[in-house]
Amino acid sequence: MMDLDRTPLQSGYDVAVIGGGTAGCSTALFLARAGLSVVLFERHQCGSQASGVNYGGVRQHGRHRAEIPLSIRARTIWDELPDLIGHDCEFDASGHVKLARTQDDMGELEAWARVARDFGLEVDLVTGNQLRDRFDYLGSSLAGASIMPQDGQANPRLVAPHFARAAERAGADVREGVDVAAAEREGTNFRIELGDGRTAFADVLVNTAGAWGYEVAASFGESVAEAPLSPNMLVTEPLPYRVKCSFGMCGGDIYARQIPRGNVIFGGGTRAITDFEKNRTRPRTSSSQLATRNLIHAMPFLAEARIIRSWSGIDGLMPDKIPVVGPSSTTAGLFHAFGFSGHGFQLGPAIGAVLGDLILDGRTDTSIEELSITRFTQDGAGVRTTSNQLNPSEQGE
Amino acid sequence: MPGRLHHLQNPLPGKTVEFLINGRKVAGREGDSLLTAILTNHKAVRQSEFGDGLRAGFCFMGACQDCWVELSDGSKVRACTTLLEEGTHVSLPELKL
Amino acid sequence: MRAAETLVKAGLRPVVLDEGFKAGGQIYRQPPVPDGREPEDLYGSEAEKACALHETFERIRPNIDYRPRTLVWNVIGDSVDYYDESADVAGRLQASHLILATGATDRTLPLPGWTLPGVYSLGGAQISLKAHHSLIGQEVVFVGTGPLLYLVSLQYAKAGADVKAVVETASWSNQLRHASGLAHLPSAAVRGVGFMLSLRRMGVPIYRGAHAIRFEGESDCGLTAVSFESGGRSHRLSCIAAAMGFGVRSEWQLAELAGAQLSWSDIQQQWVPDLTDHVRASVDGLYLAGDGAGVCGADAAEVRGELAGFALLQDLGHSVDASRRQVLEKSLKKQWRARAALDRMYPVPMHLLDELADDTLVCRCEAIAAGEIRHVLVRPGAEDVNRAKAFSRAGMGRCQGRMCALNVQAIVERAKEQGPQAIGWQRTQPPIKPVPMAAMADAYVPDPEGTRE
Ligand SMILES: Cc1cc2nc3c(=O)[nH]c(=O)nc-3n(C[C@H](O)[C@H](O)[C@H](O)COP(=O)(O)OP(=O)(O)OC[C@H]3O[C@@H](n4cnc5c(N)ncnc54)[C@H](O)[C@@H]3O)c2cc1C
Ligand SMILES: Cc1cc2nc3c(=O)[nH]c(=O)nc-3n(C[C@H](O)[C@H](O)[C@H](O)COP(=O)(O)OP(=O)(O)OC[C@H]3O[C@@H](n4cnc5c(N)ncnc54)[C@H](O)[C@@H]3O)c2cc1C
Ligand code: FES
Repeated sequence: MMDLDRTPLQSGYDVAVIGGGTAGCSTALFLARAGLSVVLFERHQCGSQASGVNYGGVRQHGRHRAEIPLSIRARTIWDELPDLIGHDCEFDASGHVKLARTQDDMGELEAWARVARDFGLEVDLVTGNQLRDRFDYLGSSLAGASIMPQDGQANPRLVAPHFARAAERAGADVREGVDVAAAEREGTNFRIELGDGRTAFADVLVNTAGAWGYEVAASFGESVAEAPLSPNMLVTEPLPYRVKCSFGMCGGDIYARQIPRGNVIFGGGTRAITDFEKNRTRPRTSSSQLATRNLIHAMPFLAEARIIRSWSGIDGLMPDKIPVVGPSSTTAGLFHAFGFSGHGFQLGPAIGAVLGDLILDGRTDTSIEELSITRFTQDGAGVRTTSNQLNPSEQGE
Repeated sequence: MPGRLHHLQNPLPGKTVEFLINGRKVAGREGDSLLTAILTNHKAVRQSEFGDGLRAGFCFMGACQDCWVELSDGSKVRACTTLLEEGTHVSLPELKL
Repeated sequence: MRAAETLVKAGLRPVVLDEGFKAGGQIYRQPPVPDGREPEDLYGSEAEKACALHETFERIRPNIDYRPRTLVWNVIGDSVDYYDESADVAGRLQASHLILATGATDRTLPLPGWTLPGVYSLGGAQISLKAHHSLIGQEVVFVGTGPLLYLVSLQYAKAGADVKAVVETASWSNQLRHASGLAHLPSAAVRGVGFMLSLRRMGVPIYRGAHAIRFEGESDCGLTAVSFESGGRSHRLSCIAAAMGFGVRSEWQLAELAGAQLSWSDIQQQWVPDLTDHVRASVDGLYLAGDGAGVCGADAAEVRGELAGFALLQDLGHSVDASRRQVLEKSLKKQWRARAALDRMYPVPMHLLDELADDTLVCRCEAIAAGEIRHVLVRPGAEDVNRAKAFSRAGMGRCQGRMCALNVQAIVERAKEQGPQAIGWQRTQPPIKPVPMAAMADAYVPDPEGTRE
């Protein structure tokens, strides 16, 4: 649909980034700001895949402990978006409420709160009655909730594109409509074959190819089992603005938020109909029905509302439901950040910051060891993965 | 308040169907859509959510979605594809004028 | 309906899902309750065809599974998701073969003030009269282009409305230049001239080549006047009601969901599904009939319906009457040629968008103005119509772009200096019209393995 990008490439770049989602665009921005020459290749348009169609949850709440440091770093950047990229992307620190249906759920939330407090995060635990005092529209069968006031929501359609434009303003060469067909190490360089027949060269290569990240990793001898994941999303007609926090259910089967314009956006289920080859997704009716049913149960007033659209998108799911972030295990100068397993939107801004640290300084203060690709590629793969399985099931929030 | 639409008298109108606008009893005709019935008695059906003023339907065929009206119980119906029923109670924006 | 009839004749029992209260579709729409008007009052010169169609329906009704007031909101594979408005329940049907005959709706243009109370679509004005025996107002101005504009104006004048004017955007010279194309279908030409003459006789002024059209009034009370320029002069007509229509656009959202490919039609100035053998979509078992698959009018729709029935029967291994099919195909070709002439005589006046001001609303549902769309084309830099929508929200409201998508597309085309192929169409996702959450929730059937799809 788009004209092939015909302006000539530079003879060589310091860094080439494959994939223009939030992860790739933030990487391009941070590196360009640091003065490196950066090229970003995006097959479609920046933010047209998972990063542009997701639910818009900006949540630290309930994350796997291995992700928490990254998530905390991301959260500070979310506040800085107007300065960093010139747009707030409708980020609203509205608070995030994780609902418990049962006492068992409540126990899970309490256990997670203890972990989070070790990281210095603020978590409020409330009982079912306190919950209904605060949110009079919630159904009566809930056992309680945990609340993180500093979490929030943003408009995903805007985030990656604005990061991309800011990266361009900082000097990055952002190439949309350009597919990377192959990449290999050649001497001290990376040789990058583009789908349009051209070749680009760079000293450093960043793999932020989302659900396609495994393809890039495989060409460097790192085979990982990344699978497509397609959360089912729906949106209602505009309704009086009432649901001011973002809500998720313990276990992740339903999540909902309302934007000030009035639409309630919600999701549930990760089995949208996906044609990975053709990069097409369609919501699954049964998932839409179940999500609607669960949501009405949690917020009965929504029974009166109407759904105006549904959609899905494709993220990459790793076997342990946490992403791969960090240096390659086989190739010097190659860095990965992919397989965000349905919850990488909030993390996106920190990916640029952390990969920036690694590429510029060779180290980072943000703990990402447990996200290393070595957990899949080295002997005894999986052993190094943390055994903390607290709430790793949220997908698409 | 006079309406917007104008019912024709020839041939003789069918049965009258009574319904309520903001608590006021008004008359529509058997066979009217709710939109027709409202607009023969009232000048608008809703306020746009986005501050650009009143709306009074547009397409009469369920396509444009401009005619969702609120009933007194808070629920909503698409007025142009809803048949008028005796006793329906709609809540409509009151106009200046 | 003609498609269903063809299937019934071959001994099949099709399910017929229709959003309407009563059979008849758009043109042969019936009042929900008989009100004493005769078919001649309702359908004028088309009364005979209308009666024939209604009679056909009554005849086949025992042999079809007819579901009125039922919205089909999604098609995926063999599955058809519907919402039955009268029973307030949602459900799903499986069908090995699907004929979509979803018709068309008014083509709009974002003219200043077009969201004011008192401004209606041309089709809406006609429905008001036909189905509910009421005028959109006593004093009406008709704005737009095409044969329907004259027909509805005349129907209003005859019903006793004070038709202040017909404001036509096509120029007289353009109409004359292309009128010869109607030689293929002289009856249409005669009817068209007849409408104009009758309007003249009734003292209704017709302004041609109109531009700078605006609907004036306050957003908290409604329309008070229509102003425009024509023949080098400015005009301003006081009125409390106006109808606007620039032809019609195909309702192909379900076809797209069912997998039909779309292509841009220069002559129709809109996207239309690709067809082979007149009725076959690019997916096996999917047939598209009537104006939903490119606009050719009511008579052609009957032919296309019958042809769709034939194609389906053939795919089921039935033998079909080849000579009848030949007759139909020949007639359809003639109608397409006549339609092309009409499309040339009354082109959609997209040039009016050249003068579109930044503060004019384009998307009625979300109240998005032209300037907001133009803005996102610059920052963060939308290239196509789906991007423009994602960034600006134009097309994201209750109607899902039905009213504005072609106009948003035209705005993007102009700003990017690109044609329709590069700018694309606003893609469809379910539901194609709003579906109540309660009904959706109640329709859930446990599906742990995802085997239902
Ligand atoms: C429906 C849905 C709901 C979600 N909800 C949330 C949420 O609420 N909160 C949250 O935190 N996360 C959420 N997520 C997850 C989040 O959207 C993703 O984890 C995140 O956007 C991933 O970013 P990314 O940059 O890795 O991937 P992407 O945005 O997919 O970007 C990768 C890009 O790489 C490009 N690419 C791939 N291969 C090549 C190649 N060879 N050449 C050129 N380009 C290439 C692709 O075109 C793509 O644009 C959700 C995901 C989905 C699908
Ligand atoms: C938070 C949120 C709120 C939403 N609210 C509404 C709403 O109120 N009303 C409404 O109608 N829709 C809403 N949408 C849905 C939106 O319009 C699209 O439907 C959705 O972004 C994804 O498109 P789709 O799956 O329908 O794909 P399609 O429209 O079928 O298109 C799929 C193709 O479009 C491209 N595409 C999809 N999204 C983008 C994008 N952001 N940038 C560039 N290309 C893109 C993809 O690359 C893909 O190739 C919302 C989406 C989000 C993320
Ligand atoms: S008036 Fe358009 S949907 Fe009712």
